[in-house]
Amino acid sequence: MKPRTMFQKIWEAHLVRPASADTPAILYVDLHLIHEVTSPQAFTWLREKNLKVRRPERTVATMDHSTPTTPRGRDGKIQVLDNAAALQIAALEKNCADFGIELHALGSDGQGIVHVIGPELGLTQPGAIIVCGDSHTSTHGAFGALAFGIGTSEVSHVLATQSLLQQPPKTLAVTIEGTLRPGVTAKDVILAVVARLGIGGGNGHVIEYRGSAIRALSMEERMTVCNMSIEAGARAGMIAPDETTFAYLEGRPRAPKGAAWDKAVAAWRSLPSDPGAAFDREEKFDADKLEPMITYGTNPGMGISIGGPIPAPSNATAEKALAYMGLTGEKKLLGHKIDVVFIGSCTNSRLSDLRAAAGIFKGRKVAEGVRVLVVPGSQAIKKAAEAEGLDRVFREAGADWREAGCSMCIAMNGDQLKPGQYAVSTSNRNFEGRQGAGGRTFLASPVTAAASAITGRITDAREMV
Amino acid sequence: MEKVNLITSRTVVLPVENVDTDQIIPARFLKATSKIGLGKNLFADWRFDADGKPKADFILNRPEASGAAILVAGDNFGCGSSREHAPWALHDYGFRAVVSTSIADIFRNNALKNGLIPVVVDRAVHEKLLAAPDAIVTISVEDQTLTLADGTRTSFPIDPFARFCLLNGVDELEFLLAQEPAIAAFEKSRAG
Repeated sequence: MKPRTMFQKIWEAHLVRPASADTPAILYVDLHLIHEVTSPQAFTWLREKNLKVRRPERTVATMDHSTPTTPRGRDGKIQVLDNAAALQIAALEKNCADFGIELHALGSDGQGIVHVIGPELGLTQPGAIIVCGDSHTSTHGAFGALAFGIGTSEVSHVLATQSLLQQPPKTLAVTIEGTLRPGVTAKDVILAVVARLGIGGGNGHVIEYRGSAIRALSMEERMTVCNMSIEAGARAGMIAPDETTFAYLEGRPRAPKGAAWDKAVAAWRSLPSDPGAAFDREEKFDADKLEPMITYGTNPGMGISIGGPIPAPSNATAEKALAYMGLTGEKKLLGHKIDVVFIGSCTNSRLSDLRAAAGIFKGRKVAEGVRVLVVPGSQAIKKAAEAEGLDRVFREAGADWREAGCSMCIAMNGDQLKPGQYAVSTSNRNFEGRQGAGGRTFLASPVTAAASAITGRITDAREMV
Repeated sequence: MEKVNLITSRTVVLPVENVDTDQIIPARFLKATSKIGLGKNLFADWRFDADGKPKADFILNRPEASGAAILVAGDNFGCGSSREHAPWALHDYGFRAVVSTSIADIFRNNALKNGLIPVVVDRAVHEKLLAAPDAIVTISVEDQTLTLADGTRTSFPIDPFARFCLLNGVDELEFLLAQEPAIAAFEKSRAG
């Protein structure tokens, strides 16, 4: 048999019908994650057509995008003061009740960012096809799943038929060999990949991240890497499952148990790409040469090593980006004054991210005039962080410790920048206005963000350790 | 879905690369639970100042842009999030086609389901279009061609199934629902 990539194996195992000259492939979806922002119209269409959800047991909902992260009231509840957000949240509650879908409602134990709770609950499993009306669904590929973002029309397709029409993408191997140097994190790896590929460089491709540096990453780090595949235009990013994957999943609430677990692991071991499997394209990176990264522009591909100069603009689009950012080409970013630090998002809001940030905050104070928001990715992470006292470290340093949600990554929930403000953010997008109209974002790792919070300026965290 | 084939219109030229979906429609407008009326928020932060007044220098605020149905934009249009609100907003505003040298995957898929034609042309044709704003251009879904004012015709790729759906007004969901026996058989084969 011809050697196959992991992508091909998963694709072929889910073909309800292969692609023909006239029609795309029909793929079966194992897990459909939904949230309040990209699902209401899909449910409206289902009702209009008098359709049911075909597999409610393969559908899981939570609330994250438009939900506030402000502290709970005396009654222990999270208050939603924004009327439009409240309506959207109520719509999801009703849709889940009417169609029999499991919902992790606002403030409940299982609630959190959709791409954080899937893995946490053990719903995200190797070999699965996972979709969600959100482009950062690529996160789940860290487990050796094929996971990608879809639009709301497609959300309605999956709700009604548990299937999707898809044209087969191309495959891109991103091979990273070697050892990351101290102070270089998974976030720096993916920012370097996106900087090399460019924001559209992965269009039409599914990325498989491979090589010794990837193998050495924890599951949380792998999720950070796969999460930002879409920032290079690739709809999905994936990493072959291995002992690290199995150890993370074993015992999680929704992972298989007993004999079913052994059977599942045996099947998962056959998923990695076969030796000699051909990719349409390959990009190689030397892990030992990677530096902490930061973005300077208005898309995630505009990244540099933290000590490097901002590239001189080469065209009108680059000039527009620098003008928006209020920056000058060929100057350094290090030492640039900032107003806000945001630690959170589906990229970097997991327990290991919070621990890394807390390591910098411990015994230090946030610089005068800098606002710092630390937002755990889920209620479970919030609880775990509080159990080990991380919340106290953040508070004592002068940072805000919040409820779980997307928060300032998407700025549609009350957490946002003021026009002109500069923020170092651990999130995934630095588009104009992404964190609030007129706001200016530098994307970086949790340690870079924390170090910059302490000095009030863009700082190389390696100088603080 | 409405049938879509011929689009003849003046072009609006937005010569910016990597126009992301946060520019097409900022996230604060995603709290809607309907897709109707999003056109008023199209390019909101480029179109309006902080007080909500139109910015005179933005192309959509110029008189010549009024009524145009074809948007010509820079490379990699529609990158970023999966929000279908982006093609909804463009369509609601009155656009029926977006022309670029490349169009991001999720945006393209979403656009095709909403009667907004993603047209990818080569650099030479793109430069002609950029250099001649307000030109009258005709796009044919059936012939997969874009015809410039000077009669130059170029073909563009389009997924055959999406083309079929556009020409015949077929909703992809109806097609998938008709595949029920195959889906049920697949589920059965896996359970066994």
